[in-house]
Amino acid sequence: MTTRPRLREKTQVLDDAALDRALTRIAHEILERNGGAKDLAFVGLRTRGVTLAHRLAAKIAAIDGAALPVGTLDITLYRDDLDMRGAPVIRGTDIPFSIKNKTVVLVDDVLYTGRTIRAALDALIDLGRPTSIQLAILIDRGHRELPIRPDFIGKNLPTSRRESVAVRLKEHDGEDRVVIEEPEEA
Amino acid sequence: MGWTRKDLLTMRALDATEIVLLIDTAASLQEIAGREIKKVPALRGKTIVNLFYENSTRTRTSFEIAGKWLSADVINFSASGSSAAKGESFIDTARNIAAMSPDVVVVRHSSAGAAETLARTLPCSIVNAGDGAHEHPTQALLDLLTIREHKGHFEGLNVAIVGDIAHSRVARSNIHGMRKLGMTVTVAGPPTLIPPFVQELGVKVAYRLEDAIRDVDVIMMLRLQQERMTAGLIPSLREYSRYWGLTLDKLRAQARPDVLIMHPGPVNRGVELSPEVADGPYSVILDQVAKGVAVRMAVLFLLAGSKAGEQA
Repeated sequence: MTTRPRLREKTQVLDDAALDRALTRIAHEILERNGGAKDLAFVGLRTRGVTLAHRLAAKIAAIDGAALPVGTLDITLYRDDLDMRGAPVIRGTDIPFSIKNKTVVLVDDVLYTGRTIRAALDALIDLGRPTSIQLAILIDRGHRELPIRPDFIGKNLPTSRRESVAVRLKEHDGEDRVVIEEPEEA
Repeated sequence: MGWTRKDLLTMRALDATEIVLLIDTAASLQEIAGREIKKVPALRGKTIVNLFYENSTRTRTSFEIAGKWLSADVINFSASGSSAAKGESFIDTARNIAAMSPDVVVVRHSSAGAAETLARTLPCSIVNAGDGAHEHPTQALLDLLTIREHKGHFEGLNVAIVGDIAHSRVARSNIHGMRKLGMTVTVAGPPTLIPPFVQELGVKVAYRLEDAIRDVDVIMMLRLQQERMTAGLIPSLREYSRYWGLTLDKLRAQARPDVLIMHPGPVNRGVELSPEVADGPYSVILDQVAKGVAVRMAVLFLLAGSKAGEQA
């Protein structure tokens, strides 16, 4: 195992209220863009994308009354950097509905190089042919290495490559907060 | 904890965490079998050679399908109709195959230790697909996955393994795996087919089928190789089947109503299993075969899909 440098918190980007407002706005934007909730489905990327997808589905249920399906995508088998990482753990894809002829909103917490989303698009299209795929992201931190852009963004956040963005959610981390972290000086 | 080994040779060498990682990975990969397009790109550009010195349908096909669903290139090499038939030695054949730079070699051989010898000789990853009467780790892993899916857990389960224990690599690999996961194992069979000192593997021994199957959660019946009869180890097939064949009557009289009947195949119908049992509601034999593909995908993925396989 390579030892990663310890990270310390630099700035808080979103608190719990701001995070919730961002999700509410994205939910409204998704409905506005698609003219309602008809034929929409959410697919979240493991792990925090899935949680955010469930929250967005709950918001849409509150606004529109529609109960949209939420699936889970594991992109490990589609990564382009398998040889560069340690032994990967596969936790499985679970999309218990057909994505054929659906508009799929792909959800992830942070958009960075775009390689994860590239893998997710391949993984999703292997499962069927959706009408269209849209991308909802809580934090867009820039530094794209592929021509990929999100349709719905919680917050644009200019960062440097040495920093990292941590999205903390109640379900996993006990709090709703987004922070920028940087390596501790040696 | 991730996977760190170059090879998969025996269940004996693995610890419980590694066994559970393999089974968890296999469980996640099962979903691929239900897809319309059964292919993921994980092992694109990797080469897998199936090197089979013994006949096999299930295991070879299962490794081949597993490799192909992961997008690897799979080459089958069987001893008959190849250079081995012209007298080339095992190691020479293996070295020649290694010179073509495969990432994984899956080997089956009638000699115990064949896979281990290859692992020491070749730089690529080696998977033992059965070596003599020694081990058959992927069979044990698919049996364990089948048991967990039906019983929900391992700890505390009671298993009976019945038949030709002495010549069975399936029994040996399962005993190691089951003991490490906290299961109680009883082996049973005619005394000529029970190896001496088998208790040292941490198992109980029964010499009557009725004693072995009473109140267990899983009954694993082994195939009786017909050669055992000519070798004088059993008097006749009919006698074996009478005393050691599992029938519906014996099951109903002794076994729990939720018992699982397993068999590594191929089944001698009417010898170790009556057809009503083999095809009956307790039987999970075809489920085992389906899980075999998922387990082999997991093994190939963990060995070839990560850096760990190349470093060690």
